[in-house]
Amino acid sequence: MSGPWGVRGLSVRYGGRTALVDVSFEVAPRSVAAVVGGDGAGKTSLLRALAGTVQPTAGTVSRPDDRPIGYVSAGSGVWEDLTADENLDFAGRAYGLGAGRLRSRKAALLERTELAAAHDRLAGQLSGGMRQKLALAMALLHEPELLVLDEPTTGVDPVSRVELWRLVAGAAAGGAAVALATTYLDEAERAATVLVLDQGRALLTGTPDEVLAAVPGRVLEAPARPGGIPAWRRGARWRAWSPDGSPLPGATEVAPDLEDAVVVAQLARELGRAA
Amino acid sequence: MSGDALAVAAGATRRFGELLAVDHVDLEVDAGEVVGLIGANGSGKTTLIRLLLGLLPPTAGRVRLFGEPPSRRTRARLGYLPQSLGLYEDLTVAENLAFSTAAFGVHDAALEGDLAAVRGVLVRDLPLGLRRRVAFALALGHHPALLVLDEPTSGVDPLQRARLWDTIRASAEGGAGVLVTTHHMSEAEQCDRLVVLASGRVAAEGTMDQVVDGTRAVEVRSGRWEEAFTALDAAGLPVSLVGRTLRVPGADPGAVGGLLADAGVDADLDEVPASFEEAFVVLARRAA
Repeated sequence: MSGPWGVRGLSVRYGGRTALVDVSFEVAPRSVAAVVGGDGAGKTSLLRALAGTVQPTAGTVSRPDDRPIGYVSAGSGVWEDLTADENLDFAGRAYGLGAGRLRSRKAALLERTELAAAHDRLAGQLSGGMRQKLALAMALLHEPELLVLDEPTTGVDPVSRVELWRLVAGAAAGGAAVALATTYLDEAERAATVLVLDQGRALLTGTPDEVLAAVPGRVLEAPARPGGIPAWRRGARWRAWSPDGSPLPGATEVAPDLEDAVVVAQLARELGRAA
Repeated sequence: MSGDALAVAAGATRRFGELLAVDHVDLEVDAGEVVGLIGANGSGKTTLIRLLLGLLPPTAGRVRLFGEPPSRRTRARLGYLPQSLGLYEDLTVAENLAFSTAAFGVHDAALEGDLAAVRGVLVRDLPLGLRRRVAFALALGHHPALLVLDEPTSGVDPLQRARLWDTIRASAEGGAGVLVTTHHMSEAEQCDRLVVLASGRVAAEGTMDQVVDGTRAVEVRSGRWEEAFTALDAAGLPVSLVGRTLRVPGADPGAVGGLLADAGVDADLDEVPASFEEAFVVLARRAA
């Protein structure tokens, strides 16, 4: 097992459209690295470049070159007209697994994903959460060193989400380097390292603790919208950002979470543009 | 039960053959409040919304919108934003607005700001964030007294999400009642009150703190977290990884310590408050 894997100084263009500009992202063995961002931020382009299905315009990509990686595309990429069994057989043959190894890996993964009872059902008839678990099982069949997962939990309910995270953590515990895209910051907080993308550029990067420690100025909380500084709602209360750290009457300082850190970084970028 | 609630389900029950999808659910949405309806797939969330919208009659119990049974008349006072957004992708933004305003008989709806700039663009050519804002503008265009929103901010970045919640909160402050269905932490925390559905019944309700209400998780720190994870996972515990720390919601610290000792793994254990999502999963498992 070697690594770490990842991309350095990566730029990707599709014709005239720029998808990524100078992005670096490291994925270490035995850990989960998360790429976060809204729709169109560049998450899929980054993961595809890492998986080798998109050619970088600039920058370098490192991934294991002797064995195939495990890859789950957004929207899962199972064959809906095949059964769970047939999907796994197909993936196993594509990875060149021998019959004996395929049989034992399949049995272990069907049990681990709690899909054993559904093994002869068409993938198209499985619930969203079960389909995602099947896609993950297919990507894990050959025990890849690098596992690349594009929004495996989008649209999946919380119970299935927890099960998917358990499978992902299990792969990391087994030694895999896992790169995972998500739109949910509470998920990203569980990763060992985080890269926040905004419009194709790195907005924040580091361990969740490093990202939080680097929030400039102070994040404040107030019962009503504070005047004069950027503010946003968190439930019935308001958060506000004091760029120079100066206090505000009626507001108290709070420890920011990743959601606050990203809002602050986006606001800072907007202010920078306006200036 | 107050007489002027905008939406009321009282003992609402819906069967599909053998399946009891919604089982004696009580729910109320008042003017000016944002209520979160939280549930996993198969919890009965979608069926309950269909009962409230009048798309399905209850098998038993009572559903009232603005004090009367759901009907075309009550629909005119309701704004609904489905997760799929419900836009016509082959029509422009302006054409979608014209269709919606004609259906609701309103005359003063206009597109503002950057939505005005894309009025001639086909909806299918818009990025998701803008599409979502068009759907918001349409759902709010007839100044509904009750808003029903299905995962209204999924897929957008935190700043856009904060701005969409500004719009939702402004509607509530203007007197509308808002019912949000979601299973995301970041949306649940924006609600005044949560109703958690599991297996067709109300499993918990109240503020986020009240729903978590004393649910604990065991935090496990170990230099050999991989082995700790493997041991706890093999025992069937709902273990999760946060950085290099493990968390086991709803578990007994003594039992966790015993399993780790049997596996010969040294670890520091702490009992900590569960997160909202962890509490939700513990509730859902208990109800199943």
